[in-house]
Amino acid sequence: MSADLSELYQQVILDHNRRPRNRGKLPTANRVAHGNNPSCGDECSVHLRLDGDRIAEISFDGSGCAISQASASLMTTQLKGKTAAEAKKLYDEFHHIVTTGEAPAEISDLAAFAGVHTFPARIKCATLGWHAALNALKGDPLPATTETHKD
Amino acid sequence: MFDLARTRADFPILHQQVNGKPLVYLDNGATSQKPRCVIDALVRYYERDNSNVHRGLHALSMRATDAYEDARARVAKFIHAADPAEIIFTRGTTESINIIAHGWARTHLKAGDVILTTEMEHHSNLVPWQQAARAVGATVRYIPVLGADAEGGLDYATLDTLLTPAVKLLAFTHISNTLGTINDAARLCARARAIGAVTVIDAAQSIGHTRIDVKALGCDFLAFSGHKMCGPTGIGVLYGRRDLLDQLTPDETGGGMVVSVTYEGATWKPSPERHEAGTPNIADAIALGAACDYLDGIGRDAIAAHDHHLAQIAMEKLSVIPGIRIIGPRAGQPRGGLVSFAFAEVHAHDVVTFADEDGLALRGGHHCNQPLMRKLGLTSTTRASFYLYNTAAEIDVLVASLHRIQKFFVG
Repeated sequence: MSADLSELYQQVILDHNRRPRNRGKLPTANRVAHGNNPSCGDECSVHLRLDGDRIAEISFDGSGCAISQASASLMTTQLKGKTAAEAKKLYDEFHHIVTTGEAPAEISDLAAFAGVHTFPARIKCATLGWHAALNALKGDPLPATTETHKD
Repeated sequence: MFDLARTRADFPILHQQVNGKPLVYLDNGATSQKPRCVIDALVRYYERDNSNVHRGLHALSMRATDAYEDARARVAKFIHAADPAEIIFTRGTTESINIIAHGWARTHLKAGDVILTTEMEHHSNLVPWQQAARAVGATVRYIPVLGADAEGGLDYATLDTLLTPAVKLLAFTHISNTLGTINDAARLCARARAIGAVTVIDAAQSIGHTRIDVKALGCDFLAFSGHKMCGPTGIGVLYGRRDLLDQLTPDETGGGMVVSVTYEGATWKPSPERHEAGTPNIADAIALGAACDYLDGIGRDAIAAHDHHLAQIAMEKLSVIPGIRIIGPRAGQPRGGLVSFAFAEVHAHDVVTFADEDGLALRGGHHCNQPLMRKLGLTSTTRASFYLYNTAAEIDVLVASLHRIQKFFVG
């Protein structure tokens, strides 16, 4: 397998794809948002229980490619316990990683997605769950779609 | 059968490496490659004959006009139309269908009328009808597709109940871009004609793959794109019966399609000029004519046989891959030159990305067939689509790649 492809589909990604974390609906959720990638059919919905400003609980659900599902799964492990402002900052860092391939040492798990930058067509897969999460935080009722975001 | 090696030599783009492997181009349902003679026709036009058409009086203009109108006549011959005036050059299948939806459906249909189509349509032969129906208060109905994998094709038995006097238009695909199903176009047109409904055939996948005879089919309109039949992008055809095209409200108005213009108003020319406002896509129309010549040089019956041969090999070899779900006609049943499939554990996007590493060009997604995908309980499939320059050995590359992908994701 090429170095690029094995970088994209690392063990972390395969692991989260095969054993997704925090997958399913959240009965105690007070924020929900749905995202979709119209060009391929990836779907992701994110359920949050916000306690004041903090994400007390988070789950995701949906179907799609390994990159989109693994990214959403990993995201839920990163966002649990974070405030809305911290979540936004983490998204900006994740976005930087997937578009440039540069990953600061302290976010080692998200760095697994650095390989996405060599497959620009897959950036939308990696960010789908994050867009849904950000929309859930805003309490935005409209579905997040990858078609209106420039990645 | 034709000489495959010589045919492949005609296509410059095929002889390259992708990720260090020979390109295996199996995305012909999305677009086809172009032979040297089509590329040359385009270049030659711009090098020697380029001028505006509409019967100018200088040498270049007369050459350009002749070449453009010769291309029109050539396309008419390609689909056995009675008259070159029945050929309108458009940007492609989608524009052609929209022209009918705007210029005929919206002006001739009224509240209570029905537009009948099928459950297997590409969005371009579905959404324009939904929009037209909405505009006039008509309804869209669908001929169902049979089988959990759509393997049964159209449910022709329902025609008896679906073809009511309220049906004013029947629009259907000749060959499904997702399923590979070949619909019985002549039969559908005959049934529609019997109740006085107008017929529209989406020939995007069948043009250039099989012989098409609009007179024998008895259709009122037929739409296709040049780029799926070895022609350039940006050029397509709307075929329509002369009397219908002369009635059709022009979609675009302006120069070239008017008889007389005053400050008070304008009158329109008859077809084809009526439907070709402004400077047309002259060069690409001429190149499309060259594509017609190229394909007839090989023979469309031979091409159809080749498609069928490859589809059968693909069905045979793919259906034994563990965990694969193939949609459309079963092995041994008639099928156009494409196969769509899904794996429960590996999403189409991941399949296509991995296959790209092996030099394969496949397509993954809903293939502009969202309602059909939903009905089949799928969000996406991977599609391999063949054409005259593909080989049986290339199918082996596909199969090996899919085994490798299965192993990586599933173990």
